[in-house]
Amino acid sequence: MDKFEKLSGIAAPMPLINIDTDMIIPKVFLKTIKRSGLGVNLFDEMRYDDDRSEKPDFVLNKPQYRNAEILVAGDNFGCGSSREHAPWAIKDFGIRCVISTSFADIFFNNCFKNGILPIILPKEQVDALMQDAEKGSNARIEVDLVDQTVTSSDGEVYSFEVDSFKKHCLLNGLDDIGLTMEKVGSIDNYELKLSSERPWV
Amino acid sequence: MTAPKTIYDKIWDAHVAHSSEDGTCLLYIDRHLVHEVTSPQAFEGLRMANRAVRAPEKTIAVPDHNVPTTLDRAKGIDNEESRIQVEALDKNAKDFGIHYYPVSDVRQGIVHIVGPEQGWTLPGMTVVCGDSHTATHGAFGALAHGIGTSEVEHVLATQTLIQKKSKNMKVEITGQLRAGVTAKDITLSVIGETGTAGGTGYVIEYCGQAIRELSMEGRMTVCNMAIEGGARAGLIAPDEKTFEYCKGRAHAPKGAAWEAALAYWKTLFSDDGAHFDKVVTIKGEDIAPVVTWGTSPEDVLPITASVPEPSDFDGGKVDAVARSLEYMGLHSGTPLSEVEIDTVFIGSCTNGRIEDLRAAAEILKGKKIKNGMRAMVVPGSGLVRAQAEEEGLADIFLEAGFEWRLAGCSMCLAMNPDQLAPGERCAATSNRNFEGRQGRGGRTHLMSPAMAAAAAVTGKLTDVRELI
Repeated sequence: MDKFEKLSGIAAPMPLINIDTDMIIPKVFLKTIKRSGLGVNLFDEMRYDDDRSEKPDFVLNKPQYRNAEILVAGDNFGCGSSREHAPWAIKDFGIRCVISTSFADIFFNNCFKNGILPIILPKEQVDALMQDAEKGSNARIEVDLVDQTVTSSDGEVYSFEVDSFKKHCLLNGLDDIGLTMEKVGSIDNYELKLSSERPWV
Repeated sequence: MTAPKTIYDKIWDAHVAHSSEDGTCLLYIDRHLVHEVTSPQAFEGLRMANRAVRAPEKTIAVPDHNVPTTLDRAKGIDNEESRIQVEALDKNAKDFGIHYYPVSDVRQGIVHIVGPEQGWTLPGMTVVCGDSHTATHGAFGALAHGIGTSEVEHVLATQTLIQKKSKNMKVEITGQLRAGVTAKDITLSVIGETGTAGGTGYVIEYCGQAIRELSMEGRMTVCNMAIEGGARAGLIAPDEKTFEYCKGRAHAPKGAAWEAALAYWKTLFSDDGAHFDKVVTIKGEDIAPVVTWGTSPEDVLPITASVPEPSDFDGGKVDAVARSLEYMGLHSGTPLSEVEIDTVFIGSCTNGRIEDLRAAAEILKGKKIKNGMRAMVVPGSGLVRAQAEEEGLADIFLEAGFEWRLAGCSMCLAMNPDQLAPGERCAATSNRNFEGRQGRGGRTHLMSPAMAAAAAVTGKLTDVRELI
């Protein structure tokens, strides 16, 4: 997994609430057996017309946001399905950080598995960053995972919380399975206990 | 004396294989269900790292999302990507030695219907699947939730998940339901009350008289949509109905093992005085037959209501509702019962079980669907289909003008050819009304099977109580 330490980039504003996984990556693109190449279809139905031409009003089609690396989004971002294709598409587009007041649980987890940092901030702070993001390419937002801060283009600093284990994995680009394999003895012991306590499992 | 525990606390505690100081645990997984859409990358990851499936005997796979539901599906899948995905699952199941129900097997169906039907899902278990509607299995008093593909790979390799404990939420439905009101109306009404993020960070326990009185099928419908309320998992304490449902199923314990399991299952309830971080109580008598009018499952109203105004809402919801109404082609103030539909879909992991088909058939008996209506019933599994045929339900659907399909996810998410065209409006028994969910530009109204059947007859959203 790619490491995440610091990021300074353009933030795209998406104030709509309840942006769901079907909006992020519609199901027609879930038929892939690969993880890569989904960035072109990120927000597909919002981003393209039926004839596949770009909708000029959609934020990521605007010249100043084409290289956005941060998304500032409305409440409850990523609600809906468990499809990891959603963070795969976001990452493949080039976005490494999403900021909102809240995220759906499964999407939130999936981000960390893919080197994307989802940040939860209070509503006033998300609103302020949303306004900052509206300034376009002149407004670079800085995200520092080590210090757990977001700095707006005018120097306002916001602190955020992050789970210590998830932070550790993201900072070091660690593979979960490898880490768990180090505890295989505990799993062996559990299975031994299971075979006597709940043998029907 | 130990502190009183919720059923979630008890199941959690029984599955911790390792815990770290910061509360991060390795949670042991008793059953891992797999379908073709969210698993190919996970199996590929295992191959790349030369890893095996740790517990193939606890891993069950079935293709459901991409499979055609037309009667000629034995000829194969036309769409190349869909075909490759299903073939990949065929191969992965064989290579890694996991239980498999291929498309040709009569037991094939939607993974969340097959699991309970075959007795894989049992009380007190941890059940995961790369699918958010895994919450369905909570109906058995199991801790069941969806996971992403990276976690699918993690479970395949280690039979555990890295987890931190969620908070406890109690949703109590007191009293009795009125005529025409079903499990679907309960679960939609709860989401209407709490919102789609109301359950974020929680595991919900559904309880109360109205929940107790539901069949296992109804309980599965309620738990299925815990995720639409933001909770990864919803569960219901097991009781005699649960045990009766499980008894004799292919993979349920038998003989002495059954007795031992039963003794354990009877300990799975929330103790008196157990702590819940959030409590929601709804009177069963207050729940009406409901439909959704917007593009979020929280956009729920009784069928007797009218399309709302954006200004009825606060904050970000004002713009979201304006956008929804435009997408849905609805005008504020229109009575919901005047909204005309052209398509009816009965099926999905929410409402594709035998009881759902009985409820729809009850309304349709001796009636015809409106002229020009496209209506289909997609049973949740091959066995549900067979039972419905045996009970004469299939004949009722066919005589009414419905198509009688083979099992799969079908038009719930429209990954197979069963899709809405832009602008088509569907009365659906599925779980999501997101923009484009049933096909680009398609418009979805969620409701119970009986309400969908009523809509098929009249051609518009209809209060089923008028047809009872």
